[in-house]
Amino acid sequence: MSDTSNKLGGPSAETQASAKSTSSSAAGVRIEGGISYEVIIGCEVHVQLLTKSKAFCGCENRFGGIPNTRVCPVCLGLPGALPVVNLALVEGAIIAGLALGSRIAEVTKFDRKNYVYPDLPKGYQISQFDMPICVGGHLDVATEGQVRRVGITRVHMEEDAGKNLHLIDGSNMSYVDFNRCGTPLLEIVSEPDMRSPEEAVAFVESIREIMRYLEVSDCNMEEGSLRCDANVNLWISEGGSRHATPIVEIKNMNSFRAIRSALSFEVRRQLEEWKDRRLTLEAVGKSTRGYNDETGETVPQRTKEAASDYRYFPEPDLKPIAVSRVFVDALRTRVGELPEAKRERLKSQYGLADFDAETLVVSKRLSAYFEEAAAGYREPKKIANWILTEVRSVLNERNIEIDRFPSKPDHIRELLEAVDDGTISGKIAKEVFAEMAAAGRGPREIIAERGLSQIADEGDLAEIVDRVIAANEKSVADYNAGKDHALKFLMGQVMKESKGKANPVVATRLLKGRLSR
Amino acid sequence: MSEVTALTLTELSDRLQSAELTSTAVVTAYRESYRADAKGPQPLNGYVEWFEDALSQAETADAARRRGDGAHRLLGLPIAVKDNILIKGRPLTCASEILKGFTAPYSATVIDRLVAAGMIPVGRTNMDEFAMGSSCEYSCYGAAHNPVDRSRTTGGSSGGSAAVVAGNQAPVALGSETGGSVRLPASFCGVYGLKPSYGSLSRYGLVAFGSSLDQIGIVGRCPRDLALILAVAAGKDPNDETSADTDFTRLGDALARRDLKGLRMAIPQEFLAEGLDPEVRKVLDSFVEWARSSGALVETISLPILDASVAIYYIIAPAEASSNLARYDGVRYGYRNGETANLFELYERTRSRGFGKEVKRRILLGNYVLSSGYYDAYYKKAQGVRTLLIKEVGAVLSRYDLILSPTAPTPAFTLGSKVDDPLAMYLSDIYTTFANLALLPSLSLPAGRTPHGLPVGVQITGRRFAEELLLSCAETWYEEGGAR
Repeated sequence: MSDTSNKLGGPSAETQASAKSTSSSAAGVRIEGGISYEVIIGCEVHVQLLTKSKAFCGCENRFGGIPNTRVCPVCLGLPGALPVVNLALVEGAIIAGLALGSRIAEVTKFDRKNYVYPDLPKGYQISQFDMPICVGGHLDVATEGQVRRVGITRVHMEEDAGKNLHLIDGSNMSYVDFNRCGTPLLEIVSEPDMRSPEEAVAFVESIREIMRYLEVSDCNMEEGSLRCDANVNLWISEGGSRHATPIVEIKNMNSFRAIRSALSFEVRRQLEEWKDRRLTLEAVGKSTRGYNDETGETVPQRTKEAASDYRYFPEPDLKPIAVSRVFVDALRTRVGELPEAKRERLKSQYGLADFDAETLVVSKRLSAYFEEAAAGYREPKKIANWILTEVRSVLNERNIEIDRFPSKPDHIRELLEAVDDGTISGKIAKEVFAEMAAAGRGPREIIAERGLSQIADEGDLAEIVDRVIAANEKSVADYNAGKDHALKFLMGQVMKESKGKANPVVATRLLKGRLSR
Repeated sequence: MSEVTALTLTELSDRLQSAELTSTAVVTAYRESYRADAKGPQPLNGYVEWFEDALSQAETADAARRRGDGAHRLLGLPIAVKDNILIKGRPLTCASEILKGFTAPYSATVIDRLVAAGMIPVGRTNMDEFAMGSSCEYSCYGAAHNPVDRSRTTGGSSGGSAAVVAGNQAPVALGSETGGSVRLPASFCGVYGLKPSYGSLSRYGLVAFGSSLDQIGIVGRCPRDLALILAVAAGKDPNDETSADTDFTRLGDALARRDLKGLRMAIPQEFLAEGLDPEVRKVLDSFVEWARSSGALVETISLPILDASVAIYYIIAPAEASSNLARYDGVRYGYRNGETANLFELYERTRSRGFGKEVKRRILLGNYVLSSGYYDAYYKKAQGVRTLLIKEVGAVLSRYDLILSPTAPTPAFTLGSKVDDPLAMYLSDIYTTFANLALLPSLSLPAGRTPHGLPVGVQITGRRFAEELLLSCAETWYEEGGAR
């Protein structure tokens, strides 16, 4: 095959090369009814960025809202209005590119993509055409113990459109909500390197994990901050020759389940179509199908413009951007360690279990909190446990992120140390934590102020023990007669006398010593 | 009355400051002048709307001036504004049916700055639809008429702005330029017209035509008036990335004439070739004679790439326009046709009937040169030649201070004579477009008249952001009696 046809649905050079090291190249070949075929999938993933303001104006960038309230002359495309690039968009794009191993362009520019639709108020979308901000890169995607290296073609910056709303009350009216207009977007385009629907799902999941971890996007598919289109076709080997079936672009897959079932349906459909009609890519070309979530089928979709000619040209309202090395290096520091590497390190360095490591790495700030708390502590697993249970339940309850949690990481460590050295019991620790989470004060301060530290002093405790023995002659006799449960009762009395502050280990030892059975 | 309307902006400013005149008197005089003309047999049709509340703003300005010092020089002075520059709360149409009913929800940065200084926008001026035209005839309000000879055009597209300044209906006006739209009407009507460097004035709130070429321009009766406006309106605007961090504030009070001695001027021979009216040539020659006698060095040079400027212009400007005008679709504002039709019929009907012939011609042209298969041959090539033009014009301006040429090949032509001949119309821009393409400041000054009394403009073009040089040379010409 020529290079050109590689682009149109064949495996990219990068995959072929990487196949040796990271995956078995035979894994993609399936055989069914005597037909040997390979599934070829490439993805275009749109990610909305979590910037404070929109891509080219000062409007707040947030999901939803009363229609047409987060708009201004710029994002409404009113006559005379001009865009101004939000630097946070460029930063987000570079961070994403660095995480994907892309080359960051030294000079990048915006272009206009011209097409008409009511949700696009300027009649063009500000996007990038021939000088995208990030080029190349890859993502290693794991499915069932197999790793596939998926090439990244490019990552470019653009703006989102509004939303058309069609009333179903019989009025036949349509409305447009422009709140989403101008929301900063990244389009991440992959090489056609995925060999199964599962790999495609895993690819999009990996994108989501990285973007969330880097806090570039919240990647919420329900709210549309992560959207995926996929190009899929089959390579069929028959009688010693290879045929490519027509490429189909599938749109409207709004969940991971939808991606999996849409692609699975499409693979079966193309296989059947090949058996029935033997259509090839060369003969038919490319078409677009939409996924119907209710039927689980893909259906032919009328494209916005039959033969779309977007008439791209450089956006004259925005200056080309020179991306300095210093700027990129600063962002590289911010990217730091990527989730996969960090997960592995947390496991080996701190001895964490798979699940704990994975959960901590969901957010960059959460894992940083853990590492700070665990610094210099003997049993990091205990710290992880506290964070993933006690701390996380407070976060969920209050619906906040870790950076708004009142207690410093050091406080968590100090709390566990107080348990370890016997200052407080595990039960008291939970009380102290509740107060830490409420007030943000350190555990030692709380313990001291509320007099929560245990009585571990033998002299003080001996006095209490003696009093309990004197007052409970019957239980002492029972114990001496061999009834073990009597000791439990006596310990309970010691705890009662000490208002729960007796160190149980010391108290038990003293009690046993005096009872001389 | 008539005396007031014949004063320059600078003179009016002096008299307001010395309390010889009030803003109310000035605005009233202009309003009467406009009204009297509108009742006449052949009105100028320079304004598409006179703002009736301008008078109450003048009263407010007078009160402010009486209250105390610190009043800006421009406080209470009227300015006319081309109908493609947004003034908050005012209608804006770009002289197009398609924008009828649209009210500006915000003001252009330039307007904000002038209003902050106390200026009073008194009306919207006539223009070619979306600034596409060279005669102010492609207007949904009908053509503007040249105050010097009402059977002739004002030139375009800022014809209304030149007409009201030359016709004593405003002391100064804002126009806009994409390829000569301020300088050409200034030349035809016998007034001064400045196209600042690309970036000198913010484009925020100027309705886009050719975004990489567009620039707000100023029409006035003398160079100082232009400088006064430029001083207040120029400078970096955070709402326009392409605006430059220029500072012309010093020109507001102190534009001085400049001794021409030792100044180097180049006349491209390409601008003296076939098509140049001999009467225009005569005026140019006499201007050159004056410049030389004032000590300037004037040389004829060869700059063949200038022959390509109109061709490049008529690829790049329509390409950008085709995209800029896509938003006028009947969905959100302005004119809509096809309420009950399906979406694409709504677009088709709205745009077919809402846009005039010339605008549609340029949209088609622009879409064509950007379409796949033609992009490389037209748009991309034009961009390449534009880059070359910038370089070669720059080389000339490293050896010379100014490029000197006629503003237009002819004096004002008769109304109707070119409306159906787009190519002939396009050639009116033959000497002006290169300054827009090369992002340079360029000024048309009234250099003389033909034997029939028609004004003829001469154009001086300088290095980027050399507005002061252009204005001070023009000031010399003005002070030595070369006025209208």
